[in-house]
Amino acid sequence: MTMYDSLDKAKAEIAKCMKCGNCQEVCPIYLEEKKEGAVARGKIKLVEAVLKGDLEYTDGFADKLALCLTCKACNAKCPCGVKVDEIILSTRSAIVKNKGLHPLKKFVFGTLKRPGLFNFGLKTGSVFQGLVFKKHKALNGAYPRFPFGLDMRRIVPPLSSSPLRDQLPEIIKVEKPVKRAAFFTGCTMNYIYIDAGKAIVDVLKRNNIEVIIPKEQHCCSMPIIAHGDSITAKEMAKSHVEIFSKLDVDVIITACGSCGTTFNKHYLELLEDDQEYYQKAQAIGTKIMDISDFILKEIGLDKSKLGPVNLKVTYHDPCHLNRGMGVKDSPREILKAIPGLEFIEMQNADRCCGGAGSFSLTHYDLAMDIHKHKADAINATKADAVVTGCGSCIMQLSDGMNRYNLDLPMYHTIEILAKAYAAKDQLDKTDAN
Amino acid sequence: MDKNIISTLMTILGKENVLTSKEDMITYSFDATADMPSEKPDVVVTPDNKEQIIEIVKLANEKKIPIITRGSGTNLSGGTIPINKGIVLSMLKLNKILEIDAENMTASVEPGLIIQKLNDAIAPYGLIYPPDPGTVTTATMGGSVSECSGGLRGLKYGVTKDYVMGLEVIMANGDIIRTGGKTVKNVSGYDLTKLFTGAEGTLGIITQIIVKLIPAPQYRRSMLAIFDNLDKAGKTIAEIISNKVIPATLEIMDNVTIRTVENYAKIGLPTDAEAVLILEVDGAIEQVVLQEFETVKKICKENGAVDIKLAQSDAERDSIFAARRAALPALAQVKPTTVLEDATVPRSKIPEMLKALKEIAEKYDLQIGTFGHAGDGNLHPTILTDESNKEEMERVHKAVDEIFKVALELGGTLSGEHGIGIAKAKFMEWEFGKEGVAVMKKIKDALDPDSILNPGKIFRGN
Repeated sequence: MTMYDSLDKAKAEIAKCMKCGNCQEVCPIYLEEKKEGAVARGKIKLVEAVLKGDLEYTDGFADKLALCLTCKACNAKCPCGVKVDEIILSTRSAIVKNKGLHPLKKFVFGTLKRPGLFNFGLKTGSVFQGLVFKKHKALNGAYPRFPFGLDMRRIVPPLSSSPLRDQLPEIIKVEKPVKRAAFFTGCTMNYIYIDAGKAIVDVLKRNNIEVIIPKEQHCCSMPIIAHGDSITAKEMAKSHVEIFSKLDVDVIITACGSCGTTFNKHYLELLEDDQEYYQKAQAIGTKIMDISDFILKEIGLDKSKLGPVNLKVTYHDPCHLNRGMGVKDSPREILKAIPGLEFIEMQNADRCCGGAGSFSLTHYDLAMDIHKHKADAINATKADAVVTGCGSCIMQLSDGMNRYNLDLPMYHTIEILAKAYAAKDQLDKTDAN
Repeated sequence: MDKNIISTLMTILGKENVLTSKEDMITYSFDATADMPSEKPDVVVTPDNKEQIIEIVKLANEKKIPIITRGSGTNLSGGTIPINKGIVLSMLKLNKILEIDAENMTASVEPGLIIQKLNDAIAPYGLIYPPDPGTVTTATMGGSVSECSGGLRGLKYGVTKDYVMGLEVIMANGDIIRTGGKTVKNVSGYDLTKLFTGAEGTLGIITQIIVKLIPAPQYRRSMLAIFDNLDKAGKTIAEIISNKVIPATLEIMDNVTIRTVENYAKIGLPTDAEAVLILEVDGAIEQVVLQEFETVKKICKENGAVDIKLAQSDAERDSIFAARRAALPALAQVKPTTVLEDATVPRSKIPEMLKALKEIAEKYDLQIGTFGHAGDGNLHPTILTDESNKEEMERVHKAVDEIFKVALELGGTLSGEHGIGIAKAKFMEWEFGKEGVAVMKKIKDALDPDSILNPGKIFRGN
């Protein structure tokens, strides 16, 4: 039985919790709500109550279990090493099995499961978005005109009329490849942050990496796992295992911590019962590498190829990139290696921005209250731009900037690196003339 | 609970500050104490100001409903479990620092303030608030004053009650009083400040606290000393202090704890050692600190420490303290239930207490790891067990009884820093006798005649 099919595995984690309350110090939700039901030990107590039969799978229980960003801050703090996020995800799956999935979520997840439909939906969305969204003057985003499940105050980034995977060939050859890499683009880079996606391909090419961007790839399924629809998530995991197993590549590059963790952790959890898929998922999992780690640790950063980028930047640690994949230093080292760039560490850079993927859609006000601390920390650095390593964080940060009147551009780490390469090209050209 | 009471509470506090759902009540049915009964309150309220608290108290007094004042609920005595149901009064929104008076070296704070926030705020003034319970980053000032918590620096710097100078308290009838103040000298009337400190929310509701601050020590040196014999470690402790050195930290871990910590954290502790001492001396003058450090080192060597590790850098200091900090979590990993006690004896009796604990563990066939603040005699015998094993739990309860009996026989006390709560209420007569407990009950009856303030705590059955 996987942790998504039974609460047995969660029971072992729950038994480790001594209810000391150390999780209170770091839980972004608890720090806003100041209620025991919002913090890890309170939620664990509720799951215990359900396991003991003292509580049913009530709506109230589901609401409490929805109150978690899975930011893993409590995991990192817990003196007993309780993996709280696993308890939460396992229980959310049990809730869906007991109560069923909300009809709207059912529709959306059904769409995500069928990549063709999802692709079509988002593409048509981009055509119609002018009708639905009002353009926001300063920011590259729009307010929704009609409330269709989105909060009216939310700034939604424009959807590209042509997704990244449509714009780029499936195989991008280089002259003397040192490695072959598959690139898992993730939804945000495919549909929204196309420039970031292109920057990643550009940087890989410059480092003589042959890049394969499988056309069939789709959503990694993290939002679906987070909402407890493990049946759909399993199908999507299997689909990706099939797609990526076929490829003869040295590495599978992700540029988002949530996508990366879904591939190298959640797929293994989801497919644990199925030996064939599990082994393939393991093989894929070992190949997963975040782009920053790959460039720094596998390829090595050749500083002589970097031109100046005159920006004062600060870096936000995406939770799943940092506490999920353990990537914390590489992005900083890349940024610090770039001439002309001034790097300023913000306070609590590893604190969740409040986005947590779809959490900000279901709990908008709370997500923005959490974001306030991030906006304040960014503001205090007096940086010109914010750099991070996750598309969802960029979405939340942009929206939050708008809310807190902080009009700063946002970049993926690799976009800055691509700028540095381009700046060097420009310098060389000028010198040649 | 009567619907009218809930709606009155909602009128006082606003709907969003009144919780009644079963799910919410479950999350307030416990605190950080193991092996305790759990009970759901009827309602949880989170006031914004003391005026609201006065109204709540008046309502509760009129209707005879228990009020359980709660901070972060990190206590280890069962002190915030609503065993008689009623209203849980969460103080977390009263969390302001009202004043930092650097000239008088005092601070005035609201009870919901997290202790560490006070430390952060006074650091720029070169001041510290010394009480540092293990939960310093989560526990509230109100909670730690009410439980009179201690910490690793008790030997040199004392405990919470040594730093509380004044209080504002709401009484069971809704009256609001102020006790003590900012003056170092204050002998006017009964010392009510001390009375409410450590009263576990049974005598009044604290709404403001004035604390004493001290200059931050500028220099510190730390070491870890390993002993193959408990007596040698015990003699070392006694000799350090008789040589007029008062370390800020003087911690001990026994063999069970050492082995568990090493297995858990792999920090290079010798698993055959009988005891490890962790010591730190600090002060304002470097030479004095270095001199004290040399004295401590010499005494450790003379008493046969088999190895001494000196911290040469902050990183090395951190790794020494990491061993001590790992003690409880490491022990907690071994079995599902961790029963943590804080029986305390005069420091000269530490070796005797440690030996007694070993015997108790053998007698009841239990795993007991002991660590704690050897310098102030405050030990934490930690029983590793499983709540679901009824037969073993019976042996645990017998062992706990015996631990307290021994501690009292050695001239000690039931609790060094966790408080009595419900966990140790049944032992109170052992320490104070019927007459002593009767005096305390008279005070309780006088101030809270209907026993609405945290009933069932400290004394049994009220």
